Amino acid sequence: MSVRAQSTIVGAAETTRIGVVPDVSALEMHAESARLAVEDAGMLMSDVDGVAAAGLSPIAVAHYLGIAPTYVDATTVGGCSFLLHVRHAAAAIAAGLCEVVLITHGESGRSRVGMPPRVADPTSPQGQFEAPYGTLGPPTMFPMGVLRYMKEFGLTHEQLASVPVAQRKWAANVPRAMFREPLTVDDVLASRLIAYPMHLLECCLVTDGGGALVVTSAERARSLPGPKPPVYVLGTGEAAETPLVSQMEDFTTSKAFRLSSASAFAEAGVGPQDVDHLMVYDAFAHLPIYGLEDLGFVGRGEAGAFIAEGHTSPGGSLPMNTNGGGLSYTHTGMYGMFLVQESIRQLRREASAQVPNVEISLAQGVGGMFMAAGTLILGTAAAAGV
Amino acid sequence: MPTDDHQNKPAPKPTPETEHYWEGTKLGELRIQRCRECGQAYFYPRPSCPHCFSTDVSWERSSGRARLHTYLISHRPAPGFADEVPYAIAVVELEEGPRMMTNIVGVEQTPESLVLDMALEVAFEPRGDQSVPVFRPRRDS
Ligand SMILES: [Zn+2]
Repeated sequence: MSVRAQSTIVGAAETTRIGVVPDVSALEMHAESARLAVEDAGMLMSDVDGVAAAGLSPIAVAHYLGIAPTYVDATTVGGCSFLLHVRHAAAAIAAGLCEVVLITHGESGRSRVGMPPRVADPTSPQGQFEAPYGTLGPPTMFPMGVLRYMKEFGLTHEQLASVPVAQRKWAANVPRAMFREPLTVDDVLASRLIAYPMHLLECCLVTDGGGALVVTSAERARSLPGPKPPVYVLGTGEAAETPLVSQMEDFTTSKAFRLSSASAFAEAGVGPQDVDHLMVYDAFAHLPIYGLEDLGFVGRGEAGAFIAEGHTSPGGSLPMNTNGGGLSYTHTGMYGMFLVQESIRQLRREASAQVPNVEISLAQGVGGMFMAAGTLILGTAAAAGV
Repeated sequence: MPTDDHQNKPAPKPTPETEHYWEGTKLGELRIQRCRECGQAYFYPRPSCPHCFSTDVSWERSSGRARLHTYLISHRPAPGFADEVPYAIAVVELEEGPRMMTNIVGVEQTPESLVLDMALEVAFEPRGDQSVPVFRPRRDS
């Protein structure tokens, strides 16, 4: 059974402030963006009967807002969790389990206000088989395959450095982006090494912020008073590969990206050639390279040159990460919410760096370090054929 | 000036399913598992084969020979690694097939010295009251 275009995203909002926000807790960031998203939908908080959240419990978010939901989704698989929440909400709405699902994100990634403490578990697979070798957060694990990719496909350091350069060109036109000044490949390669071959400017920001979405049926969307066009959920996918980066089946490709995107394309009935706008989770500069190849936008080994030649930059054939991405816009920790927010802005024609004629936008999220993935293919009413 | 910071390196804590593996490392043996049903070796330790789901599996001692599959060089010290920055965190591929995360010892921690697919052999280093497998350039290569 396909639920293609049966659900729509009718409300979307980010917290008023993103970046450095030391005076707001993570929980309040969930709540502020929730209030703004419900208002954006032209709804009332009392219309919400389903709540999904990651980072903090949906029980905590719902009670804080004053909701007693009868549909709850606490799926937490890293930064792509919110894309899975949309997928699950679309299925649940089509199945009649609920009518209006609120999906929230809030993270004080930089200021660490109201954040659960990080605890290492020496009995976990990571604690036994990775931590003893000096891992220290994502920069020491996520880029593990980059040197292998370079050897197999000839990717150069300059091509890798062109990823943050391309995205900075988009960020230049985005007032809310944390970094907007122009960047060159030389600047990137001159920034200090964090984990060779990754330089500082090839690693994402660490920021505070939040965002929320309201999902409901296409039918209910038509009865809403708001002026904003609904965004149709055309196809979705999710997948998981491994909890250990060292156990990836192939270090030059993400199995989770391939599985997740394949099911989204199949459900939407479209292919890469039909996508007008693309968001690929960019915690590190190599992710858009893996994403372009694993989703089938370019052939294996071609993505580095494709980006370096400007095809994903402003004016290029495949606009990608048009908010500036996690490398320039913001990256709270679970950045996936911001992928979806930018896809929606582009489809509603309200993005800061608006791309002309976007009818179909694809958002590709990653969870953990290539551990999981979520894909959303979103479209306008015209793309949905309604 | 070297310190005793290396004593703060994170130590693994065995579970019942991994105890046999960690008993082996204390004896200087790298133990891996092999499936009797499909014949494939696998890592990390668990009682069922990830290739065919069989629970008919056995332990064996790995030759300890491996190749450097991929790595990165961390410039920020994890607890216990302050005296070693920058240091490589690597994934090696054992002769028997499975891959594992490790450190590479007895060689400069530079891209010039750490060449992908170079031949390695297992050695062991203490982590708390445990011993973990690390790898060094193979001497007979
Ligand atoms: Zn087997």
